[in-house]
Amino acid sequence: MPPMNLVQAVNNALREEMRRDDRVVLLGEDIGRNGGVFRCTEGLIDEFPDRVFDTPLAEGGIIGTAIGMALYGLRPVPEIQFMDFIYSGFDQIVSEAAKMRYRSGGQYTVPMVIRTPYGGGIKGGLYHSQSSEAYFCHTPGLKVVVPSTPPDTKGLLISSIRDPDPVLFLEPKKIYRAFREEVPEGEHTVPLGKAALRREGKDVSLFAWGYMTHVCLDAAKRAAEKGWECDVVDLRTLVPFDLEAILGSVKKTGRAVVVYEAPKTAGFGAEISAQIAERAIEYLRAPILRVAGFDTPFPYTLEDVYMPNADRVLAAIEKAMGF
Amino acid sequence: MGDLLRVITDDGRADPATDPNLSRDELISLYRGMLLERTLDQRMLSLQRQGRIGFYGPSVGQEAAIVGAAFAMDPRDWIFPQYREPGAALVRGMPLREMIAQFFGNAQDPIQGRQMPCHYVYRAGNFMSISSVVGSQIPLAVGAAWAARIRNDPIVCLVYFGDGGTSTADFHTGMNMAGVFRAPVVFLCNNNQWAISVPVRKQTATETIAQKAAAYGFEGIRVDGMDALAVVSAVRAAQRKARGGGGPTLVEAVTYRLGPHSSSDDPTRYRDEKEVEPWRKRDPVDVMRNHLVARGIWDSNAEKRLHQELDDAITEAVHAVEAAPPPAVDAMFTDVYEGVPWHLDEQLRDLREVRGGR
Repeated sequence: MPPMNLVQAVNNALREEMRRDDRVVLLGEDIGRNGGVFRCTEGLIDEFPDRVFDTPLAEGGIIGTAIGMALYGLRPVPEIQFMDFIYSGFDQIVSEAAKMRYRSGGQYTVPMVIRTPYGGGIKGGLYHSQSSEAYFCHTPGLKVVVPSTPPDTKGLLISSIRDPDPVLFLEPKKIYRAFREEVPEGEHTVPLGKAALRREGKDVSLFAWGYMTHVCLDAAKRAAEKGWECDVVDLRTLVPFDLEAILGSVKKTGRAVVVYEAPKTAGFGAEISAQIAERAIEYLRAPILRVAGFDTPFPYTLEDVYMPNADRVLAAIEKAMGF
Repeated sequence: MGDLLRVITDDGRADPATDPNLSRDELISLYRGMLLERTLDQRMLSLQRQGRIGFYGPSVGQEAAIVGAAFAMDPRDWIFPQYREPGAALVRGMPLREMIAQFFGNAQDPIQGRQMPCHYVYRAGNFMSISSVVGSQIPLAVGAAWAARIRNDPIVCLVYFGDGGTSTADFHTGMNMAGVFRAPVVFLCNNNQWAISVPVRKQTATETIAQKAAAYGFEGIRVDGMDALAVVSAVRAAQRKARGGGGPTLVEAVTYRLGPHSSSDDPTRYRDEKEVEPWRKRDPVDVMRNHLVARGIWDSNAEKRLHQELDDAITEAVHAVEAAPPPAVDAMFTDVYEGVPWHLDEQLRDLREVRGGR
């Protein structure tokens, strides 16, 4: 197959799973004839006219009815056009999808994948830029997955669709079309709960997910010019996250920088920091540092200032090395 | 009240124009289901007052709407309850022992004490698990019905909610999507006039709940919810229409919550007992019993025998489950996900260590 970007990888994963399993159905706003505002579902309605549904403009309804479909035995993959619009479906996710298996003693389950583009970088301002993964990571019963490359997007999305529990699948929209990579044709899965080591180094561990993985790779490249070698750990799954990969890296380097786009306070990076502090403090040669978004709404004009970039990550690396 | 569908007339007979023509056995079975719910309520409220169960939400006054609607559906149809429908679960064959064990929340509870009392589930009877969030079950029912339609299965979903539930965003979204996709759903609004302390006139400015259906492009009908046969008649028609591809229907059952919202509620704080009296005269269990008597298929001996039978069945179930121990601590950590992920496993192991291995 020719190399694919992230949008094409989403499309390819959906198409192949829909061919393999007729229980997989898609629903969302503008996902049919229009192929989704980012074109992730382009052409799928032609191949599966009875399994791709344009819905009324109601995120709570999209998620709520998708839960009902999953209860019935389908494998719905609802799309929320921007993560910023997911909140009217928040109650459905938290109160129904995430709790169903528990509250029914396993009698009813919700095998559903909510796909949604998240994060900044497209000049979307307050309502097309948010990274609100922490709300969902705080919800027992839900899994949260964030790919950062086209092959992972395909492999993780297919694994999520086959997973027996509800999954929130966050697509980093800034890099939807930023680059292409080889994506394995046909059967390709990436297990949930496993991180990927994107770059190896002995001095500092950088932990990230989604687009921030690429920011860390840039920073690591520049750090290498100064003689500091970084591990870049792409978490890929936030719930359940890969503790072994995190501890393995930090025990080797003794320095940890956690990088995330969301507002700093109580972001998921705070959890990673706490885990490292609880379990590996004796290995640390510097304080655990966080490079994150600010505790403000996501701004429009000053977007580039708001989002963590390689400069800020490099400054944190320098601080860790100089401690 | 002139627009209400009624079957049982003031003298206890059935209006032939609207009578669903149930057989003798069906009529008795329907009455039995209503009386079982009433008896269960009385016994469980008493257990709650004695401190043996933690909470209870009675259905007194709504038995015709609850049991009648479940009775009108096919067993293969799915039921999405609000949280006041034990009679519907029992119609679906849920064993009393399972239900009462759920009230105790002990090791015999099928959901291992995870939920408050009155949040039972019974998949074998297509009876969905219950959330305490008002209205959130409505889109789920629409989605399941839509899925049945996608799969070409002849399944209809019945979803219960109250007058308070019609104020939620989920009611609007669910009704709207059901209309757009012609989902085979029967929306059953049990309009019991009160959402805890707030009367229906403060929930909506529309004259009726049923008329809201027009805004979603389908039919709404209003029935006397104290009349079980009227409920059966309306719900059965709605079920058949849905199964035949005719789309959803909103059925407003006009009832009255004769008791408190729950064992934690005191209605004398907000409503005048004088308002309740006329409704008490239309007690749905009495209305149905009078009808059976008027049909000549019921008498005081049969009534006495049935009371005894239901009372004994509940006593037996309480005795069978009450002594069970609390659920094992492990049950707090299972069924969060299909397996137990590492972080939950670790939390359980840490907890056991602090508890001396238990």
